[in-house]
Amino acid sequence: MDTTPALKKTPLHALHLSLGAKMVPFAGYDMPVQYPAGVMKEHLQTRTAAGLFDVSHMGQVIVKAASGTYADAAMALERLVPVDILGLKRGRQRYGFFTDDNGNILDDLMIANRGDHLLVVVNAACKEADVAHMQANLGGCSVTLLTDRALLALQGPKAETVLASLAPDVSTMKFMDVREVSLVGSPCIVSRSGYSGEDGFEISVPADKAEELAQALLSHPDCEAIGLGARDSLRLEAGLCLYGNDIDTTTSPIEASLEWAIQKVRRSGGEREGGFPGAERILAELTGGTSRRRVGLRPEGKAPVRAHAKLYADAEGRDEIGEVTSGTFGPTAEGPVAMGYLPTAQSEPGTQVFAEVRGKYLPVTVTALPFITPTYKR
Amino acid sequence: MLKFTAEHEWLKLEGDVATVGITTHAAEQLGDLVFVELPDVGTELTKDGNAATVESVKAASDVYAPLDGEVTEVNQAIVDDPSVVNSDPQGAGWFFKLKLKNTSDLDALMDEAAYKDLIG
Repeated sequence: MDTTPALKKTPLHALHLSLGAKMVPFAGYDMPVQYPAGVMKEHLQTRTAAGLFDVSHMGQVIVKAASGTYADAAMALERLVPVDILGLKRGRQRYGFFTDDNGNILDDLMIANRGDHLLVVVNAACKEADVAHMQANLGGCSVTLLTDRALLALQGPKAETVLASLAPDVSTMKFMDVREVSLVGSPCIVSRSGYSGEDGFEISVPADKAEELAQALLSHPDCEAIGLGARDSLRLEAGLCLYGNDIDTTTSPIEASLEWAIQKVRRSGGEREGGFPGAERILAELTGGTSRRRVGLRPEGKAPVRAHAKLYADAEGRDEIGEVTSGTFGPTAEGPVAMGYLPTAQSEPGTQVFAEVRGKYLPVTVTALPFITPTYKR
Repeated sequence: MLKFTAEHEWLKLEGDVATVGITTHAAEQLGDLVFVELPDVGTELTKDGNAATVESVKAASDVYAPLDGEVTEVNQAIVDDPSVVNSDPQGAGWFFKLKLKNTSDLDALMDEAAYKDLIG
């Protein structure tokens, strides 16, 4: 049902159709939301074996300093993110976010030290804006959006077994390692990371080899194709933010409970304190706290509580105190799971609040994130 | 006699009481259901008014009243296990029974052949 010619296609588009995927528009791309197995089975497949996701719509960006040194590229990017990039070791990556002058979040991203340059992976919906933002602010660096590469995510407890069947040495990689690996005869950039709460890998592959690689991975009996529907329920159970839902230009990293991603060296008293957009507010919030926080929410009944549901202190809907930003049914949690913002005073796990769903006020308990136990290979 | 609505519900009439559910096509489109909310017995429903709610992992959807009538029985089995709607939508996955205000209203609904044309 590809009736919208304006939608872009990833290098795996034909494969999705051949697998019987249900396609939907997502961030300007025609993407598989689910395959014939359905969201529930796809989610459980990823938690118990391995799932293969096409995330080629995301932006892969090379940042390289004119000097050719990693340090110059790292120092430049540190002007835009409150993260220790200079201290990132060769072959390692970490999570970060672009902040704006008000200290809110422009996008979240992964940043890898690739020896003499940075590889940055950003969200599909933000990639043009992110590239423009970096080009405007990273003087002395070239910023290049890669348009000739696909990105595959292989996730789940069997991900290592599946990928090692093509390249045995990936078994020696640890969580957040990044290295070049030859797959289907082609140089790929592999990171041991993902967005599901499971062990797994993200694989940057030349576009013209993407389908061959996907077929090779799918031919393993433990691996199945997984759509965006299960990607969302997996990341929500894992407590991971979705940009545009849980974080955006109205939320600061501290409000979003993402202070763990801001290393000491960039905080007050650190060697490279501040020096990023909105630093004044963010550094103040790191010590003084915020009036609201992103929290995990566990609805008590069976009804999913979705994004934008209002949260109340009381069961009568008189005292509105917050809002749900993501919510669904968690197939592994075997019940509804959600995230949202609450006043700091009501953000402690165990606190009961009420969510408005179709005119009713359903009890919801603040819960520590994640909802599952991650299986990252540290 | 089986009748269908454009909102993808089926009705099976026995006397003046119609058993109502969602079609196989609708169940396939919705995907795996994880939550079902049914009307209370005794509720007076108005055609095209909200009668029930179903939720998949992805989204919530309304189920509309196919005709005017009073709810006489609901299927607790699909509340306890919503996957029954996916596995047997036009059998064990029925939603509720509706005592029709006017059984002749049923004539305006589609028969199976017309519904199959609708969904292509």
